[in-house]
Formats: sequence, structure tokens, C-alpha cells
Amino acid sequence: MTTAVPFANVGRPSERLGTLEEKHRIPLPPPYDKDEEPPLPQLSAQVRAACECSLDDTVAVSLPRPASPEAEEALVKSFLAGLDKLFSEANNWTFLEPLVLSIEHCAKCQTCAEACHIFVESGRNELYRPTFRSEILRRLYFKHKSGGSLVSRFQHGDIDINWTTIARLLELAYRCNLCRRCAQTCPIGVDNGLLAHEIRKLFSMELGIAPKEIHEKGSLLQLRVGSSTGMSPAAVKDNIDFIDQDMSEKTGIPVKTRWDVAGADVLLMHNAGEILAWPENPGAFALILDAAGISWTLSSELVGYDAINYGLWYDDAQFARVAVKHAQIARKLGVKKLVIGECGHAHKSMMVIADRVLTGELNIPRESSMTLLDDIVASGKLKLDPTRNDFPVTLHDPCNVVRLMGVVEPQRRILRQIAPRFREMTPHGVDNYCCGGGSGFAIMSGHNFADWRMRVASRRKFRQILEAFADDLDPKHPKYVCAPCSNCKGAIRDILKRYRAWERVGIHYGGLAELIVNAMADVKPGFINFSEL
Amino acid sequence: MVLVFVPYLAAAVFVAAVVIRWVKIARLPVHLRWELYPVAHERNSAYGGSFFERLDWWKHHPPTSRMGELKVMVPEMLLLTGVHEHDRALWFRSYPFHLGLYLLAGFIGLLLAGAIAQTFGARIEAGWLPTTTTVVGVAGLVLLAAGSLGLLLRRLASPALRAHSAAADFANLIFFFTAAVLGLVTFATVDRDFASLRLFVRALVTFQPAGEMPALVAIEIVVVSALAAYIPLTHMSHFFTKWFMYHDVRWNDEVNQVGSKLEAAIGRQLGHKVDWSAPHIRGDGKKTWVDVATERVSDSGLRPVELDAGDGKNPPRVLSQKEIGKP
Repeated sequence: MTTAVPFANVGRPSERLGTLEEKHRIPLPPPYDKDEEPPLPQLSAQVRAACECSLDDTVAVSLPRPASPEAEEALVKSFLAGLDKLFSEANNWTFLEPLVLSIEHCAKCQTCAEACHIFVESGRNELYRPTFRSEILRRLYFKHKSGGSLVSRFQHGDIDINWTTIARLLELAYRCNLCRRCAQTCPIGVDNGLLAHEIRKLFSMELGIAPKEIHEKGSLLQLRVGSSTGMSPAAVKDNIDFIDQDMSEKTGIPVKTRWDVAGADVLLMHNAGEILAWPENPGAFALILDAAGISWTLSSELVGYDAINYGLWYDDAQFARVAVKHAQIARKLGVKKLVIGECGHAHKSMMVIADRVLTGELNIPRESSMTLLDDIVASGKLKLDPTRNDFPVTLHDPCNVVRLMGVVEPQRRILRQIAPRFREMTPHGVDNYCCGGGSGFAIMSGHNFADWRMRVASRRKFRQILEAFADDLDPKHPKYVCAPCSNCKGAIRDILKRYRAWERVGIHYGGLAELIVNAMADVKPGFINFSEL
Repeated sequence: MVLVFVPYLAAAVFVAAVVIRWVKIARLPVHLRWELYPVAHERNSAYGGSFFERLDWWKHHPPTSRMGELKVMVPEMLLLTGVHEHDRALWFRSYPFHLGLYLLAGFIGLLLAGAIAQTFGARIEAGWLPTTTTVVGVAGLVLLAAGSLGLLLRRLASPALRAHSAAADFANLIFFFTAAVLGLVTFATVDRDFASLRLFVRALVTFQPAGEMPALVAIEIVVVSALAAYIPLTHMSHFFTKWFMYHDVRWNDEVNQVGSKLEAAIGRQLGHKVDWSAPHIRGDGKKTWVDVATERVSDSGLRPVELDAGDGKNPPRVLSQKEIGKP
């Protein structure tokens, strides 16, 4: 454990408030236990001079430093105005009750700390303790609200209200995956994940400050051009055509995706990142739904071909805009239900959070692809040969699908039927650990942030994967991590690549639909072809 | 005589603080769903499953089990099962503390029962009540003293806990410890069978002067009264706000159904005026949440949609290009 950071230090300018200390970190399991980890690449002097990065060794937001004390003062004022709005019904009815309850009732017992993969895998770095950022927000709030009275300072503690504190709080909001594993352990019900989410919102909705990958190049780009990938409707159709051809060749079964079919039973929405990074996943869905005789369609309307909704992580306005757009598209097509592909945050966005945004005719039925695939597999409509998946398979539980919406068993029922060597990670289900890519981390890669993510946030997941396959780490024996979520797949791809896990221990990854297609007896054998890796 | 008013004043502050906080929280607006699984009233809560696991889940009434909630809440309240599972070292300190408080609440109840019985002429001296009251009271005081001391030492010994604590976090535990030790000293020295305290409670019940009593007993009455009044003014109000944290947030999976009261409430809230200042929102205090959610972010083809105000008179519909006008 590293040294505790006094809150009095948070507002005192210094190059950094804390640093990663390798000596405190827990070694990975074999064969990585003897590896010497290279040090985290340091931010350059230019970056340190130009950006607000005085928290730790990395930077998520890359906010330019204010040019003058007056500019700092203006930002502090804006932050405090945002703080008032965060606690107002008109501006934040969306999360006011959970926010007030978590701000007012923390007993500071620290029960939550050991549940946090980032805290533990950082060598219990005090900056990443789940309560650290919450306590800064709490102290800022009570001090601002009371005008810094003696009673308030006695009851809630003190902190400097200045730009240094606020800039560090901004970065701290992006050292949390919002997996809410900490909230599960709180005896009272305090939710530090929610507080990180609310801090992000304050900065985005009042000051317009958010990591460019999730805002400018994320939700704004999606609303402007249709997808955060930048794909236009014409481009997405081209790409899917290519995927259809490739799937038909690979599987020997003709695949033809249908677009904008009015009145279809199912409007399927993929994370558009799948189309570019893992085309076999949308291809597998097309083949399965066709084989099951389901009437389905994709939408080529702007935003309709990308299920992502990054607003979930940082901005209620952006969230609502995308959710409304998705619902409008489904309603316009007159489909019976909207089914979310293998994307965790899109699941939670559309099925859970948007439930209290969409009213009247926009409140269309929305379903998880895990449930639909489970029904298809259980129905016997597909001829399945599980021996085609005769390799060890483990399942990663995306937090958004499992802990945050309770879809736990459908994907497991499928795996038990199609993967004879399926084994669970420890822990799993609602107690799972985040992949480390949650809440936008998987797509945030400015400066050395991706390096930090793999070194800290994704490390617990890699540990779990290694432990799940500990009985056979021979690289000649292929193993498969099933990750039914795009962001999780991205994070797992990166961590496996970083540790050369395919070459050293034979571990590969992919989605759930691909495993189903690989087990289909009518499909040419070898859809998942480890020899091509 | 003045002493008789102290517990009444404390009780009034306690009740007022609880009621005010309860009403304040209960009146907070319906929020977006933010549940965390397992949700205790779900049919498959044993493994954390939800109604979303069922195909076409909206066609089925979500199964809820109040018994499932009780199975979680009762052990949680009586045994602090959450702390036991996630932080055993803390449980060994926190559980005696909380159990001590429960027993002391029972002790006060027994004192009141005895006083009321005596008022109606019952002779309780030879019965079970005085002995039970004494055992429960002493056990409560011992456990509270041990628990509060254990929690205080833990908070002082751990650098992380110390750093996260405000002065009040230490003072609160010292307050509990002082009240418990004072009670034990009073019992051991001047009020071996709590007879003085029982007389005082009888005076409270009958609104009569309490008469002469040892100074230590009087001090104890003042300290305990002050503590009782203080608790709901702090974060320790979690003894009842936990209900909201579980039922309103963690387990709140109520589905928004068309035409429901919930939908009407959401409709009203979507009509709130927004004044967030970021460039992509530009809330001017006139725009509503519906305006923000449906405005054109650019000339990307986003079309405003008219949402239901929640009264069902104005069902949502996408506006036509003609109604919107040219971009």
C-alpha cells in the first residue's frame, strides 16, 4: 500500500499528486510472474507543460492549462455553478436522489476499496481508492454549500477550492471504470461509481470538458455523421456487403443482410466498431438469425447502425439524444423489438437507463441479444455440433450486461450447450471484474493512457483469464475468451497483445455469436480458425 | 424538574430530524434506473438474474418477491451481513457497536414498559422485567463501549482511514464511547439496578418531577439525550436512509410502462427547464429536457420529436420535415 494522500495536498500545486509504484504491485500468475515490467512511459515535458496532468503519471482528458490566473478563476466559478446545477432538480432530476444519498451518507469505512480492481492492481495506490475522488467532491460540495463554515469543516472536512483541486478531480473521474463493483460491497448503499459519473457530467454539461474520444470523436460524431467510427450510411452498407460475401465464402451458407425492412420482427443494432474491427461478429449474427428463420433487419439511417451511446458514461444530454434517435428509428421502421448486439454499454443504455427517458410511442420493446441467441440455441432450430468447439472456453461478464442489468444465465446456457470445455472465471457473474476498458477506457488512448489502462485497469482481467486456463497454458493448445461486448473485446484484445498471450500461452478471444456459428454442423468446419492467427 | 424536559427535547429533535430528512428524500424526483444486481425481489436473485433474461420480457409481469427482500434485509439489519462478507475485520468492531445500540434501544423500551406498568399499579420488582432490563442494558453498554472503542482505534491506526476522516468522524465515536462508559460507571457506582433511571423514566411517563437523583445519573441522561438528538443530524442517519438507498436505487427496477404514473412523472420531469452551459447544450433556462434531447445537433438529419407531457393527451410523434422547416 502506498502512503495516504492528505486532502490538504489535493489543492497544492505540484508536478503530480502521486505515482505508480511497481514495488507494491501483485505479480501476475505464471508464466508472467518472472517478467520484468518495463516502466510506464512518462509524459513528456511538453505535455506536462501544456496539459492539466498534475494528478499522476498519465492524462485522460488532455485539458490545456488555463493561460492565466483569471482564466483559472473563471473555470473555478464555472465548476461551482455546475456543482449547484448538479444538485438541482431541474438540471439533474436524472440522478439527483442517488447522488444526494451517496454524498450525505458515506461512513468512510473503506469496505469498498478491496472490491476495486484499479485500486488493488495499482498496488493499492491511494489516488485510486474508490472513496478518494468521492471525498474530494463531497468536501467541495459541503464547503461551497456552507460557505466554508466551521461546523461544516468539522463535520465534513476541509479542502481548497481552487483550480488545482478541480483539475485533479477531473482526471480522477477518469480513473474509474464505472463498473460499480465497489457499490456492491457498500453496507450502506453508497455508490462511488455514481459519484465518478456525476463528476464527469458536471465537467461535460457545464464546462464542455470531456475526453475527445468519447465526446468530440464519440457521441458528437455519432450524432453528426451517424457513427463514432465515422462511417456514413453508404460506407456501412459497403462494409456489410463485404462481410456478407466473406461469411458466405467462409461458411458455405449464403448470407445477405437486409436493410430497413419495415415491420420486421427484429431491428438488430450492433456497435459499429464490430463492423470494422470484428466483422465476423455481425456476420455470425446474420447467419444465425437467418438460419433460425427470424425476420430481422439493420437500419441504414444515421445513428441507427451504431448502437453505441457514450453519453451513458459522461453526459445525460448526449445520452438522451442518442437514445431518442435509436427509439425513433425503431418506431419509424415499425419493428416488433429492438435487439442490442454484443455491446455491453449499449445494452444498459437502451434497456435500463433509457427506460425512463422514452415515453409513449418511443417506449418500444428492447431486448438483449443474449436472450434471443439463448432462445434460438435452445429451440433446436440450429443443428449444433459442440465437438467443433472442443477447446477451453471461458466467459468474460461485461459489467453493463451482468452486474448492471442482471443478464447472467442466457449466455451461460448457450456455452454449456456448445462449448464442452467451458469453465468460469473466478469470480464471475454479478461479482465479475471489469475488463479495464469500461466507461470509455477501451477507446481512450491519448498520450500514455492506454499503457496505464493495460498496466492497471485491465490487469485484474488478465490475471483472471490466466487463472481460468491455468490447467493448460501450453501455447500449442488454443484457448478462447468469450467476451460478448465490443468495448470488453477491445480491452481484452489489447491486454492479450501486450503480454503476447497467443504466442506464449495460446489464448485468443472473440464474441459469443462466433462460437455458435463455429458449432453449426451446416457450416464449413473451422469458422474460428486458430491456425490463421 | 428541568431534567425531565431534556429527553423530551431530544426526542423532539430526533423525530423532527428524521421526519424532515425522510420527507426531503422522499420528495426527490424519480430518477433514471440505476439498479445493481442481485436485486433482492427478483425471482433469480440467488445468482443476480433479472427479468431481462426472459425472451420478450415485456409480455410478462415482472416477478417480485417481498419475501426475497426480507431474506436480505433482515439479516443485513440484524447481523450486518454485508460488512461480514466484505470486511471481516471491520465487522468484529462494527457489529458489537450496532448490536449495542439495538440492545440499548431495547433497554429504553424495557424501562418505559416497566414505568408504564408501575404507573398502572403493577408490582414489577419481583418479576422478570427488572432483571431483564439490567442484563439488556449492561450488555448494550458493554458492546457499545467495546465497538466504539474498536472503531475509533481502527480509524486512528489506519493512515487511509485517518486521512479520509473529518474531525466529526472521530468525535462521533468518542461521543458514543463516552456515553457508554458513563452508563457503565453510573451502573457500577450509584445505580446498580437502574432503579434511579427507572424512577426517572416513570417521572417522564407521568409528567411528574423526578425528585433527587445521583449527579452521575443526571449527567448520563443529558449525554444520552444529546447523542440521540445528534444522530439523525449526521451521516449516521443511514439507520433509516438505507431504506431509500436499497429500495429507491439499488433495487429499483420498476419498468416504465405506457400510461403509468411513472411515465407521467417522467413526462413532467422532461419538461423541466435546463440551464447547463456547455456549448453542446447551451441551456438558457428556457429549453426543456425534451428540447435538448431532440434538437438538431447539426444538419445531420436529426429530427426533433415531440414527447408526451406525461398526461397521455399528447402521444409522442416524430415531427415532419414540413413542421420542422428547412435546416
